[in-house]
Amino acid sequence: MVLWELFKTFFVIGFVSFGGGYAMIPIIETEVSQYGWMTTQQFTDVIAIAGMSPGPIATNSAILVGYSTAGITGAIISTLGVLLPSIILILIIATFLKKIQNYPIFQSMFYGLRPIVASLIIYAALSFALSNNLITINFSWHTVSLLFIFGLSLVCLLKFQWHPIYVIILSGLVGVVLYS
Amino acid sequence: MKEVKTMKEEWKIFFQLFWIFFKIGPVTFGGGYAMIPLIEKEVVEKRKWLKSDEVTDVFALSQTLPGTVAINSATFIGKRIGGIKGSIAAMLGISLPTFFIVLTLGILYFFIQDNPKVEAAFLSIRASVVAIIAYAAIKTAKTAIIDKSTLGIMIASIPLLFFIHPIFVILLGALTGIIFSLIKRKLGYKIELDKENNDYKNNPDYFMGAGI
Repeated sequence: MVLWELFKTFFVIGFVSFGGGYAMIPIIETEVSQYGWMTTQQFTDVIAIAGMSPGPIATNSAILVGYSTAGITGAIISTLGVLLPSIILILIIATFLKKIQNYPIFQSMFYGLRPIVASLIIYAALSFALSNNLITINFSWHTVSLLFIFGLSLVCLLKFQWHPIYVIILSGLVGVVLYS
Repeated sequence: MKEVKTMKEEWKIFFQLFWIFFKIGPVTFGGGYAMIPLIEKEVVEKRKWLKSDEVTDVFALSQTLPGTVAINSATFIGKRIGGIKGSIAAMLGISLPTFFIVLTLGILYFFIQDNPKVEAAFLSIRASVVAIIAYAAIKTAKTAIIDKSTLGIMIASIPLLFFIHPIFVILLGALTGIIFSLIKRKLGYKIELDKENNDYKNNPDYFMGAGI
């Protein structure tokens, strides 16, 4: 039953995952918390691991959510679920249409979809910030330190063009020093 | 006899495709646009299966489909070269290495997550994950917001996401895009629907490993 729910969930996600990676976080998070598979905080860790690994965030988080919910079988089922729509659509398009991106209807659709992809990612950032106490009314030195780590990470990514994996590793070391 | 030979050849292509993408997957750290030069080297230069502009077309098309650029383009190239079998070989090839790496990391995490040092590390890592997502948001917004309407759509949809399931917001966005384009065309505005984005290095997914 859980396996079927995992497959169904990630199959639907596979079909609407425009903007592949980070834009999928809100959808996966909504489903995961609706089924009670994970808390948002645990899901943040999943994204951290997904970001550390090679491969797209959407597929990686499917593997991890599947594994934590139903073991290795869960991981396989979720991955198949999220990959199947891609292969179905590509086989259809490769057979019937050559250059889908040149059809005006698709161009119009993407005119509206691209800003939605951006807002999905902004929403993901906001919701993670809320559930991990980065935005809170209980102001403490802990919050200040988290905001400082957030700011520093953003500077490393934006200004110094670091790869996210280095940011995650360095941040982990900072965490061990600061919080243990 | 002839049929046996073609069967053999089909399987040869199957394994070749699988192996090419199996190698590319982990090396490029997530595929995405970092894959393009490697695919060109293997598929265009070495084996002459496709032409360079065909590969570029595949990537342009892969962006417009749901799913990730890496997996979509691998599947697409597989289909072009080896039919349905080829598409499955390429998809498995690109997915399997990362599947095992992620699974190993995941198992490791679930084993050690209760260790106080690991807990401390993840307190900080979570704040950095928010920064990584914020960074992806900034980069994506830069390419997605091309005029006042797209800015309006983005701003209006953020509060919506707190109340409506994201899947509906996505569908609503596609519909809004079609309606806006129709209205603009009726009013005689020229809209730049296609903001060519050939500067792959400036795309967030070049480093992020996912696909828009």
